[in-house]
Amino acid sequence: MLLISCPNCGPRDETEFHYGGQAHVAYPENPNDLNDREWAEYLFYRDNTKGNFAERWVHSTGCRKWFNMLRDTVTYDIKAVYKMGEPRPDLTNEAISPEGASK
Amino acid sequence: MAETALPAETSNPANIDKLRAARRSPASHLSENFASGSVAGTVALKEIPFQTMVGIRVDRESDAGQRLASVTGGLPAACGEVAGGERATTLWLGPDEFLVVAPETAHDSLGGDLVRALFEALGDAPGQVVDLSANRTTFELSGIRAKDVLEKSCSLDLHPRAFHAGTALATEIGNIPAVLWKTGEDTFRIFPRASFAAFLGRWLLDGMKEFASPEVP
Repeated sequence: MLLISCPNCGPRDETEFHYGGQAHVAYPENPNDLNDREWAEYLFYRDNTKGNFAERWVHSTGCRKWFNMLRDTVTYDIKAVYKMGEPRPDLTNEAISPEGASK
Repeated sequence: MAETALPAETSNPANIDKLRAARRSPASHLSENFASGSVAGTVALKEIPFQTMVGIRVDRESDAGQRLASVTGGLPAACGEVAGGERATTLWLGPDEFLVVAPETAHDSLGGDLVRALFEALGDAPGQVVDLSANRTTFELSGIRAKDVLEKSCSLDLHPRAFHAGTALATEIGNIPAVLWKTGEDTFRIFPRASFAAFLGRWLLDGMKEFASPEVP
């Protein structure tokens, strides 16, 4: 069981959350210009990273808000929890606290 | 309950008793089990049916948020906080989502005006005010062993040092989503959805069973 630090609610059990797939997949600027292959790749193609992976989670039985999480897919270490819309933290330059909320 | 049929049927005071008699709470069929399963002086479970509950979604910093706060007696600012006013108590569910809880008689169908007042306070501003009185029921688990019963199926830290009286958290109890509100040192109010009420009621009764037997040394 993962203990996930929700940015609003603090640490809670993994069962309170739902997974939302890879984070930072931008909606195409001009969807009409995409051919079928590009559109399918936007919809369905996702990275299969070994190591740090940015993904979306929602605290479905708590505050019902989405947030981003940087998780190591090998060790399941949660490296960072950050808000929707914030860029992926660069772990090489700064030490990032995995604690989401202060409480 | 019947918020769609507000004016004609329910605003007539003569009909109120008839309406109340026709109501059946989600765990009413378990009331005898709750009474017999409670252990005097140790742990007790009862249903508090038909509390008025209103779901609010609004930016609490906005004008509409402040208008709503003046009706409810404040909107809580952070996870766990509970704001209390004369008319109602407001629980924090999310940064822009709140649950207003008030006694049964505050509901418009029983002569109160809480839902209408909140509705008018929101006005045309972005947000929502929804009558959720029939969405959840209320269980009250009290007694010196209440925390022990809850700890069997709730993974929150319920120790008094971490979970203070006057705090409410949305979480899972017995694998179902519920709001847990600690109203006193040994008193918890649990808000399960109506369809989960029978399940959670029986689940808590099962957790209380061991405290009816003499302690094994």
